[in-house]
Amino acid sequence: MSLGLYVARRLLALVPTLFFVSVLIFLLQQLLPGDPALALAGEEHDPAAVAAIRAKYHLDRPIVVQYRIWLGNVVRGNFGESLRSRIPVSDLLASKLPVTIELAICSMLVALLLGLPAGIISATRKGTPLDFTANLIALSGLSVPHFWLGIMLILLFAVRLGWLPASGYATPWEDPLRNLTTLLLPSLVLGTGVAGVMMRHTRSAMMQTLDADYVRTARAKSVPERLVVLKHALRNALIPVITLGAIEFGRLLSGAVLTEQIFNIPGFGKLLVDGVFNRDYAVVQAVVLVSAALYVLLNLLADVLYFVANPRMRGSA
Amino acid sequence: MTSARQAQVLRRLVGRPPTVAAGAVVLIFIAIALGAAHLAPFDPTATDFAAIRKPPSAVHFFGTDEVGRDVLSRLIWGARASLMAGVIPVTLAVSLSIPLGLVSGYAGGWIDSWMMRLNDAMLAIPFLIVAIALAAFLGPSLRNAMIAIGIASLPTFVRLARGTVLALKAEDYVEAARALGCSRPRIAGRHILPNMLPPLIVQSSIAVAAAIIAEASLAFLGLGQQPPAPSWGSMLNAAQRYLSQAPWMALYPGLTIFAIVMALNVLGDGLRDALDPRYY
Amino acid sequence: MSWTRGLLALMAAMVIAADPASAQSVLRIGLNDDPDALDPTISRAYTGRLVFAALCDKLFDVTPDLKIVPQLATSYEWGPNQRSVVLKLRPGVKFHDGEPFNAEAVRFNIERHLNTPGSFRKSEIGEIKSVDVINDLTVRLNLSEPLVPLLAALTDRAGMMISPKAAKELGDRFGTKPVCAGPYKFVERVAQGKIVGERFADYWDKGNIHIDRVEFLPITDSTARLASLRSGDLHMIERVSPSDLAQIRADAKLKVVGVAELGYQMIPLNVNNGPKGKVLGADPRLRQAIDLAIDRETIVKTIFANEYIPGNQFVSPASPYYNAKFPVRKRDVAKARQLLQAAGASNLAFTLIVPPERDRQEAALVLQAMLAEAGITMTIQSQENVTMLQAGRRGDFEAYFTFWSGRPDPDGNIYTFNVCNGGQNDSHYCNPALDALLIKARQTADPAERKKLYDQTTEILMRDLPRLILWHRRVFTGFSVKAQGFTPHPDGIIRLKGLKLS
Repeated sequence: MSLGLYVARRLLALVPTLFFVSVLIFLLQQLLPGDPALALAGEEHDPAAVAAIRAKYHLDRPIVVQYRIWLGNVVRGNFGESLRSRIPVSDLLASKLPVTIELAICSMLVALLLGLPAGIISATRKGTPLDFTANLIALSGLSVPHFWLGIMLILLFAVRLGWLPASGYATPWEDPLRNLTTLLLPSLVLGTGVAGVMMRHTRSAMMQTLDADYVRTARAKSVPERLVVLKHALRNALIPVITLGAIEFGRLLSGAVLTEQIFNIPGFGKLLVDGVFNRDYAVVQAVVLVSAALYVLLNLLADVLYFVANPRMRGSA
Repeated sequence: MTSARQAQVLRRLVGRPPTVAAGAVVLIFIAIALGAAHLAPFDPTATDFAAIRKPPSAVHFFGTDEVGRDVLSRLIWGARASLMAGVIPVTLAVSLSIPLGLVSGYAGGWIDSWMMRLNDAMLAIPFLIVAIALAAFLGPSLRNAMIAIGIASLPTFVRLARGTVLALKAEDYVEAARALGCSRPRIAGRHILPNMLPPLIVQSSIAVAAAIIAEASLAFLGLGQQPPAPSWGSMLNAAQRYLSQAPWMALYPGLTIFAIVMALNVLGDGLRDALDPRYY
Repeated sequence: MSWTRGLLALMAAMVIAADPASAQSVLRIGLNDDPDALDPTISRAYTGRLVFAALCDKLFDVTPDLKIVPQLATSYEWGPNQRSVVLKLRPGVKFHDGEPFNAEAVRFNIERHLNTPGSFRKSEIGEIKSVDVINDLTVRLNLSEPLVPLLAALTDRAGMMISPKAAKELGDRFGTKPVCAGPYKFVERVAQGKIVGERFADYWDKGNIHIDRVEFLPITDSTARLASLRSGDLHMIERVSPSDLAQIRADAKLKVVGVAELGYQMIPLNVNNGPKGKVLGADPRLRQAIDLAIDRETIVKTIFANEYIPGNQFVSPASPYYNAKFPVRKRDVAKARQLLQAAGASNLAFTLIVPPERDRQEAALVLQAMLAEAGITMTIQSQENVTMLQAGRRGDFEAYFTFWSGRPDPDGNIYTFNVCNGGQNDSHYCNPALDALLIKARQTADPAERKKLYDQTTEILMRDLPRLILWHRRVFTGFSVKAQGFTPHPDGIIRLKGLKLS
């Protein structure tokens, strides 16, 4: 099967999934207690005004029609506007998503820098106390609650030591240094969790490849051990690790929610939390929809990477 | 599972010290949650306005919070909410996933296909985001948090259950049973169902850990167990405001969550190693 | 800032940075939460008012001792029977888009406040029937009934003037790009990020504006906010919590000033709003007993380090309208028990709805303990703020814990809460005698007369207690010693005039 065909088939499979996602998200709104028109009207007691609001937001039409209108808008990039600030939700998304993506990239870097070497060392020293310790540290990174770690780091570095700012994110164009210092702690917090997963997967992938025939052959040919590890084993072990990375990247969006709240970073996750507390349902729907779409696309990317890297898969009909 | 196999699993479980230690920790937490009434030195909701934000001492081992309540007692009682929020949603998710997985795996065809599409749709939305959105729409309370977490955990289990069913369907002994004329329900009940359990159990341990963190996250945001009832997550919420003045308010709840989640993850590891037939 | 514009900004910044002489002074103010739409007609959030102080001037302003002074309007004159008021406007004032400020603009604005669906100003100036343009700089407001507090309403959002041209262009999106007549021009808003204003070159009082740029940064976490003030990232923070005061006072680079607020923290009690009104509405003695069991001074001392002010009336004890015959009572548990017994409710039990806000959650716990000593069982139910207020409207409550930010005129603190069918009268307390007094008070101009009338209303309310007033906050503003010339006001709004950055 060619790459193009594979991608096309997978993309086609995405459509019903995303359709279901949109239905689920739209139905979320129906869980709301009370009359949304009244909530939108605020202090307005005048029934005529409430009726006008109901008509404006199509709340008087049947659900299926409302869904169709909503979906039509969404496909055209119109997610409505924030109830609270009247700013179009698409503007909010456009300004906040890059922030979270930057945070996710930095966290991923942290995860790779910590997890990959740890996994390699662990695999090559399998069974030793070093392996055991590394595994324990990896598990700790997985288990520690992100938001607590963030709070503790703020206490140490921002409040007690004053080394790093507690808030005040700046985009890389405005103030590159500030951008880095404000993202440092959050990236550490998010990265340690993924580092744990990375380390464990690297370890098991490396263990498998280190046992493989071609490695044994290289060793028999007196190739230096370091070269064996780095050149042969690692290259093949990287395949599952990279695909995992793409999936974990998607999951970083979830972790970012609380981390951004704590470090006051104006990203996607904070947008969700603020939307929830301001009862800004348009914002919540948009965030959930975009998160799902991103996650699905990243999974596709992971599958494509795996497909490309793994020649065996391509042969099957 | 044959008794020889059962013995093998048990030996593998008990033989590894980390697994045993983790299991012990989990049991201790369960015991603490059950025996909270006898273990907690103070009433977790008893305020004491003369002892606001006092650091750890002989009287208050972990210090007091912003209205003078004993942190240790609140941690002990909070274990109930947290463990319930961990176990109940996962139990529900596992129970629902078994029939759903069986139906999907057995029916095949377009039923399976569309069920999996729907499942993938739910899987596509990141776990915590589902939980937050649902809890927000349902309204903040421990019960709604558990519902939200249960719904968010379901898709992973359904996918796992279905995958197991498909793999088991192709096993030799199942084929043999079909050849012998066993009816499908009988095969499902006698051969498939018991063998579905091991991977689900392994996943449960990890899922309970994730659920506990999810409940703490929701409570931290104000969407879970509402004050003044004790919950580790809402304790962290309060602690944030007094971070510089009373860091012990944040330290101990976080360490507690860390301990139980770590234990559950290690236990999950051990269970997987013990139950997985590939590992010898 | 969009990432594509960012590159241009970077280049511009490099050019500016290269020339030290053109360095701007930038004042950074930390906000406790993100403001809602920056449109004076529909804005509700308190933090919005802080941003408006920089962007949008109003017809009148109010001094720290609550006197009404000119801003965009220079004088006022009441017509016969207080049924109309003539405003003279300041000449030569321009909006940020260059449009002239004149009587037409005033009429446009007032009509916008009154007629926009979803306007929150309607309840504040609804008594304005029509606006007459007498000449370019003179306007007459015609009222459906006399309303002395109207002028005080014009010192806040109801008196803010926006450019009619911009309003027509942007429609209900005005809040995303406000165009007003204040000292600073709106530059940009990164939602949940920062709001930036730049000095308006044609401001009518530009001599008093010394800072080039002002940035408002919403930071919800108080620890982060305080840390940013201490590190110099912020120059000012608003509504500092009492538990953070010690840290600021201990820091030589910071200062903090506090002023008694105009508002109060209160617990409305359901007296007649639906079935739940039966619990506490049956007998005023029940409510008096609850009031007697509360020790306000202890609450203020233990939770707020004595920085707040115990209160029991609709104005603080420092206000001229406070009725000295009813000072904050000392707690009397015995008397409370007596009253309960006499009313046949020795085991009174009710539920108090409290939002997750720290101050009120902690206070509620104290109240619970205090009431328990009088044999009253108060259950605390946590509910989100918005949900709670809606439940209040519906009568789905026995008691709930909220606050009122306060208004310069005493009428704004009492009328809508206690008059029959008042917009904020969730208790559904209705006393025609009280109504007569309140209506007369808002139609009388003489302060001494009004004081007598309000004294009588307090007497009635102290007996009937449809709501419990518990304390008045002090609004604390924390700032760096670099920010000079700050004058605190009871409304807590940071006014930019006279502020210097060294």
